[in-house]
Amino acid sequence: MAGYDVIIVGNGPAGLSAALYTSRANLKTLVIGKDQGALAKAERIENYFGMAEPVSGCELVENTKQQAKSLGAALVTDEIFHISWNQGFVLEGREGTYQAVSVLLATGSSRKKADIKGLAELEGRGVSYCAICDAFFFRGRKVAVLGNEEYAVHELGQLLPVAGSAVLLTNGKELLASAPEGVPVITKKITSVNGEEEVAGVTFEDGSSLELDGLFVALGSAGAVDLARKIGALTDGRSIQTDENMATNVPGLYAAGDCTGGLLQISTAVGEGAKAAMSMIKFVRQQKKG
Amino acid sequence: MSVIKITEQNFEAEVLKSDVPVLVDFWAVWCGPCQMQGPIVDELAEEVSGIKFGKLNVDENMSLAQQYRVASIPTLLVFKNGKIAASAVGLQSKEGLKKLLGI
Repeated sequence: MAGYDVIIVGNGPAGLSAALYTSRANLKTLVIGKDQGALAKAERIENYFGMAEPVSGCELVENTKQQAKSLGAALVTDEIFHISWNQGFVLEGREGTYQAVSVLLATGSSRKKADIKGLAELEGRGVSYCAICDAFFFRGRKVAVLGNEEYAVHELGQLLPVAGSAVLLTNGKELLASAPEGVPVITKKITSVNGEEEVAGVTFEDGSSLELDGLFVALGSAGAVDLARKIGALTDGRSIQTDENMATNVPGLYAAGDCTGGLLQISTAVGEGAKAAMSMIKFVRQQKKG
Repeated sequence: MSVIKITEQNFEAEVLKSDVPVLVDFWAVWCGPCQMQGPIVDELAEEVSGIKFGKLNVDENMSLAQQYRVASIPTLLVFKNGKIAASAVGLQSKEGLKKLLGI
């Protein structure tokens, strides 16, 4: 059964704020973070409560990490690619697999988006955002993964055993991970995804084309919205839908901070993290009783 | 109304020849979002009359999934008079389903 009571994906203000509460409530808490996200670039924060002098984003986060650790939370650096449910939440990352009774998604908002003609129109008709979910439909067929980081390589790994052939498309970006052996990498910029009723291929900037049956989008790293979609939490495509207690429609799954939309401020993220923590404490205690 | 299990055997009778609109939920056991969609469909089916609700397991009925070019699940199709009147891909809320059905 689950290794942790609470796993928090994201180590920004929302995630760390939640960790303070769940640790203090004596719940076994793990915070999984990749980097510092949006706050790494904030050198002077002048509008945060209790700070007489401006503070940097890094300092604020580092201080809170120490605070969470001293309260008993565990912190690890990893990138989560997939989340599923099997008698508890199962999170798959680059470094390992983690299990928890309750999960908080707090990875911030993804500011990445591929604005390629035809991509949105063909979603569900060959364009997919979840390899493990949809690989089944592409048995023996030609597929491509769109992305240039570890997340794209992970999605390729899901497709390779099933698909007839697979290609990695970086859409003009530098490849920041190593592609699996034997998988061709095309770095040219894509101008359009083609197909009337279903994906037929892509056209590149130089006018050349590639025939495809499926295109799996895995841009940047897997953000909170990507993870939410994979487990079946409702999103509007950009942010995760939660109720006033930060609960998603998936029992035990919560979201807080920038990934829920609204005001993108540290103060709101900290507040949402606290609210989510209260809900998670209640949820975990109920599960343990039951 | 209860939700009908749609198969290759009953598809024509239950969906294509239905007198009322039919919402078909294409799903599979291994699909996380489908596990969330199922109960939402059940709930709406309890509340609404004059519409038929069905679930189609793509593993067991691959030819229908192929025929309707389902390449991502959950996919929800609304059939009226044997033809697709509306479609949605990805998990839909109850409100989303109502919108799809025009109710």
